[in-house]
Amino acid sequence: MTNSRRQRKSALIGYLFIAPSIAILAAVGFYPVLKTLSLSFYDASFLDSASRFIGLDNYKRLLNDVWFKISYRNTWGFTALSVALETAIGLGIAVLLDKNISGRKWVRASVLIPWAIPTVISASMWQWLFNADFGLINYLLERLGVISSSHNWLADSGSAMWAVIVADVWKTTPFMALIVLAAMQTIPEDIYEAADIDGVRPGQRFMRITLPMVFPALLTAFLLRALDAFRVFDLVYVLTGGGPANSTEVLSSYAYKTIFSSAQVGYGAAMATVMALSVLVLALVLQMLQRRAYARIEGR
Amino acid sequence: MLRKRIWKTVVLTLAMTGVSALNIGPFVWQIITSLKPDRDLSSLPPLLPTEITWTHYSNVLQSTFVRFIGNSAVVAAGVTAISLLLGSMAAYAIARLPIKGKGFALGLFLATSMFPQIAIISPLYTMIRGLGLYNTHIGLVFSYMLFCLPLCVWLLHGFFRELPDGLEEAASVDGCGIVRTYWQIALPLVMPGLVTAGLLVFIASWNEFLIALTLTNKVSTQTIPVGIALFPQMFYVPWGDVAAASVVVTLPLILIVLIFEKKLAKGLTGGAVKG
Repeated sequence: MTNSRRQRKSALIGYLFIAPSIAILAAVGFYPVLKTLSLSFYDASFLDSASRFIGLDNYKRLLNDVWFKISYRNTWGFTALSVALETAIGLGIAVLLDKNISGRKWVRASVLIPWAIPTVISASMWQWLFNADFGLINYLLERLGVISSSHNWLADSGSAMWAVIVADVWKTTPFMALIVLAAMQTIPEDIYEAADIDGVRPGQRFMRITLPMVFPALLTAFLLRALDAFRVFDLVYVLTGGGPANSTEVLSSYAYKTIFSSAQVGYGAAMATVMALSVLVLALVLQMLQRRAYARIEGR
Repeated sequence: MLRKRIWKTVVLTLAMTGVSALNIGPFVWQIITSLKPDRDLSSLPPLLPTEITWTHYSNVLQSTFVRFIGNSAVVAAGVTAISLLLGSMAAYAIARLPIKGKGFALGLFLATSMFPQIAIISPLYTMIRGLGLYNTHIGLVFSYMLFCLPLCVWLLHGFFRELPDGLEEAASVDGCGIVRTYWQIALPLVMPGLVTAGLLVFIASWNEFLIALTLTNKVSTQTIPVGIALFPQMFYVPWGDVAAASVVVTLPLILIVLIFEKKLAKGLTGGAVKG
């Protein structure tokens, strides 16, 4: 009796706890996204003139928009490459930081530095590093004999995307490392002690204890990073502006230009909708994987 | 055996040195750049400044840039406080309280966190203008909840569910109500999670560019990223000044990170309630 009353009270408090967050997200998230969806069926602009319902015309236009197709492909390529690199390197750094060795405190602090720097600032830093005439990267590569003459990394459509990826990996790998490290530190010491007593080798210890235990956190980090990378905007906006010749144009930057520079709000909304649907698919797949990982750990 | 251990230490130390060098290298280069006189910036070598100059710093500190720093600080601090409080409450409810539709609630948070900002930006712009919050700090803080709340909820939810099953029952036997259990027992136990979430949120809002670019157009409310990105359009800015500006806004952040880093290092006190 008292038990069920307590249950009801707990549930009530639970709903009250969650209500403010949901209300705010409804205002700044759900309402705007639904509004964007509806705008995508109109020839809307920011001008006060009434917009006309045009059905799927905006979407039909997308199918023939060469720049849109290029942006779409660039966005997927950027996301896949940068997040794969970040996961691998981030896991490596987390393993390293979990080791008890003198000076690790300083390394851990250094890991946080790229992460602490605003993306716009890191973009301008990398712009300077990749500078064709006075950039450190050209200087070092020439000194090492990797390249024979200065290369204009950001102005060459073959290398500009790689430059963007390098800048992104540098900036966001620490995010991965930090989350994975936090998960590693929640692994109870006695599991490792028991493994030591059983004579488990370090390699096995990593594959059979550490990795499965941090896997859900790793997937969470991967999920957050993938969704973030797919929306990349700042880095491209400042580092390359989408150029040269649209070789680094991504969905966010292209849609932003469409909405705010040419005021084609409806057409931009259609782009954003396609992008949101792509992200949705990506997120659902990753979330399913995460649920499985949790189930496996709890099943033990 | 001893030889193996020495090898291991050498390899680990080398790896750690390499990681640190890559992490701080670009920023160190920025510091070097900021101290070089202009003539050293238009040639390479010299790697190091032939003469150290503070001109770039005085240029930056006498410009409107100081205002951008203040704006960013106000916005990021407000966002962090509000999203940690509301986010931890929501995460606690989902992870520990007997509410219905937990999966659905979590899905809602996930859904908003994955909205591309570009998919919300034009209606948000119209809404913020309509509310009279265009060019205000409150408008930015409110809008930043879009990505900060989901981040807090997701991270803290993971930490809360790691807590032992009997926590709430044990607390209620001791006469501790739900709200007090959340505030006085559960929250301190997930402190490492709060620190991680707080850092993520603070830096995410400090970094945020797209929304700030759209919702502000005056120096009185523009944040650092907008200021940096639009600087070259306002007047010609040489690399030295840009470098000095990045150093000025990054050093306080590094300081914050170093202070919080110790708390991060403590990790979760696993099994605090076991005994």
